[in-house]
Amino acid sequence: MPPLLAVQGLGIRFATPDGEVVAADQVDLTLAAGESLGIVGESGSGKTQLVLAMLGLLAKNGRATGSVRFQGEEILNLPAAALNRVRGVKIAMIFQDPMTSLNPYLKIRRQMTEVLVAHRGLDEPAARARCIALLEQVGIPDAARRIELYPHEFSGGMRQRVMIAIALLCQPDLLIADEPTTALDVTVQAQILDLLARLRAELGMALLLITHDLGVIAGACERVAVMYGGRIVEEAPIDALFAAPAHPYSRGLLGSMPRLDLAQPGELAAIPGQPPNLQALPAGCVYRPRCTFAFERCRSERPDLRAMLPDRRKACHLEHLP
Amino acid sequence: MLDLLLRRLLVGIPTLLVIITVAFFMIRLAPGGPFDKERAVTPEVERNLLKAYDLDQPLLTQYGRYLTGVLQGDFGPSYKYHDFTVGELLRAGFPASVKLGSLALLLAIVIGVSLGAMGALYQNTGRDYAVMTLAMTGITIPTFVMAPLLTLIFGIYLAWLPVAGWGEGGWRHLLLPVVALALPQIAYIARLTRGSMIEVLNANYIRTARAKGLAERIVIGRHALKGALLPVVSYLGPTTANLVTGSVVIETIFGIPGIGRYFVQSALNRDYTMVMGTVVVYAVLILLLNLLVDLLYNLLDPKVQQR
Ligand SMILES: Nc1ncnc2c1ncn2[C@@H]1O[C@H](COP(=O)(O)OP(=O)(O)O)[C@@H](O)[C@H]1O
Ligand SMILES: [Mg+2]
Repeated sequence: MPPLLAVQGLGIRFATPDGEVVAADQVDLTLAAGESLGIVGESGSGKTQLVLAMLGLLAKNGRATGSVRFQGEEILNLPAAALNRVRGVKIAMIFQDPMTSLNPYLKIRRQMTEVLVAHRGLDEPAARARCIALLEQVGIPDAARRIELYPHEFSGGMRQRVMIAIALLCQPDLLIADEPTTALDVTVQAQILDLLARLRAELGMALLLITHDLGVIAGACERVAVMYGGRIVEEAPIDALFAAPAHPYSRGLLGSMPRLDLAQPGELAAIPGQPPNLQALPAGCVYRPRCTFAFERCRSERPDLRAMLPDRRKACHLEHLP
Repeated sequence: MLDLLLRRLLVGIPTLLVIITVAFFMIRLAPGGPFDKERAVTPEVERNLLKAYDLDQPLLTQYGRYLTGVLQGDFGPSYKYHDFTVGELLRAGFPASVKLGSLALLLAIVIGVSLGAMGALYQNTGRDYAVMTLAMTGITIPTFVMAPLLTLIFGIYLAWLPVAGWGEGGWRHLLLPVVALALPQIAYIARLTRGSMIEVLNANYIRTARAKGLAERIVIGRHALKGALLPVVSYLGPTTANLVTGSVVIETIFGIPGIGRYFVQSALNRDYTMVMGTVVVYAVLILLLNLLVDLLYNLLDPKVQQR
């Protein structure tokens, strides 16, 4: 049985007037059916482009190379017509900014029913009934009335619930959530994360959760992949990563995160230095300029992502973190 | 909606009044008078003429009388076409002008939006460059150059179409003037549509629509077009105004019996009442069309509807 999702050697390049931007390089990921994987990394590390590339949603100046297999079938760089049998149906996505991700000129009803009309061949009344039921399921009260409203008549949190309802219309096998809570108030963030966890349990779908906040992943995912400068630098079960990060960058991320679970909270330490310039990546390890443990080999040789344990991988020349 | 309609109508009345007032005094300030070009008359005859048309009265009295007349729908007699009232002449010219103007507007919207959308969808390809070149040409070449040029090519060299005239208002007579009148507006609308379409295509909600696995036809037609058309709709106000002014030139060049041609002739002849009549008709037309555009915008943009 092939995994639900297998990404191999995925690279993303953008042509820009002042040179090529390498947004992702040699990305490998696998996800089993029903599993949840978090992708964490600073803003600009290529998380969003990574998932956009999978669904053929890159900007016009972007090119993706490598392989993305979904349920055993290659889907990378498929023509739109072929992709449309997968996206919105088997793979659904919700985006970071619910304020701009819904069409402001169309009623919620239209933006929901069109999915069922396109993929399930339902007629408008049947589709509408199903949409109302789903809106209620994601916690929107008075859905029969509110489905006739426009997006600007909803709060940010409610809009994100609508986005989630839209994503779930065709009962996808994989839900990709790109920073689903970043644009929301803290209290609303927790509600949305709870909702996602509940729905995943109810529907048995796999979840790919993208965030710059390790805390978000901690509660929602079984595994985590840490991204830096367009590469995955470490991948581990979430508990293992929290207990003992293997990559200096992961440790830096943990150190910069407020921890409530530790009896004596230590000092918060920001990682010194700047995120990498994707237009002129250094030779050798991408993290080397900010790494306190860098040695000669890190300057010349780029570390591959290698298995340390059956369920752990890291891309670092260090044998052990001191 | 009704609220907006009433409010705009109420604002329209003082606007119209200002336009009438300014036009009234401006045309009187222009040197010369309506009877200068007539054959020489004895002072006595001239006095009688002036008296017959109230022109011997003080300006303010004339203004007052004119305004009362207009309010009752009476635009007075023409000083040049002695046997007709201004109202009769305007009614006679109105159909041709409306036909010319509305066809040009239709052409400008349909062709302008199609070209602009095509440019955006095929951004930075040959088609896009062709659209942009056409748009730049349409914008930079003024109507009074473009019209004779079209006549020269299609009327004289190729001899496909009549050079001028109206005939019965059939398409052969209409084609050149309508195209010449619409061309600059096609160009503006194409550029506007292209720009807003490119912007909308980069919007997050278009990415959402694609992520939902919708056919490209629906992504463009349902999700992109509405937002892209809003700037075009708000530009329709200026468009109609431009078409009205353009029609004055076009009607004169092609000898079309519309009110635009009267406007030019009567201004040159100092046919005071006739000038005023055309000004009032044009002003009302532009005010009403702008109102219509506002209503249309309201219908399209749910955020405005709320207010
Ligand atoms: N259309 C584009 N052209 C050039 N560079 C781009 C384009 N889209 C994204 N990028 C670059 O790709 C990098 C990764 O972006 P992204 O995946 O959005 O980061 P994040 O991890 O915050 O989601 C960024 O440096 C961004 O500037
Ligand atoms: Mg992002």
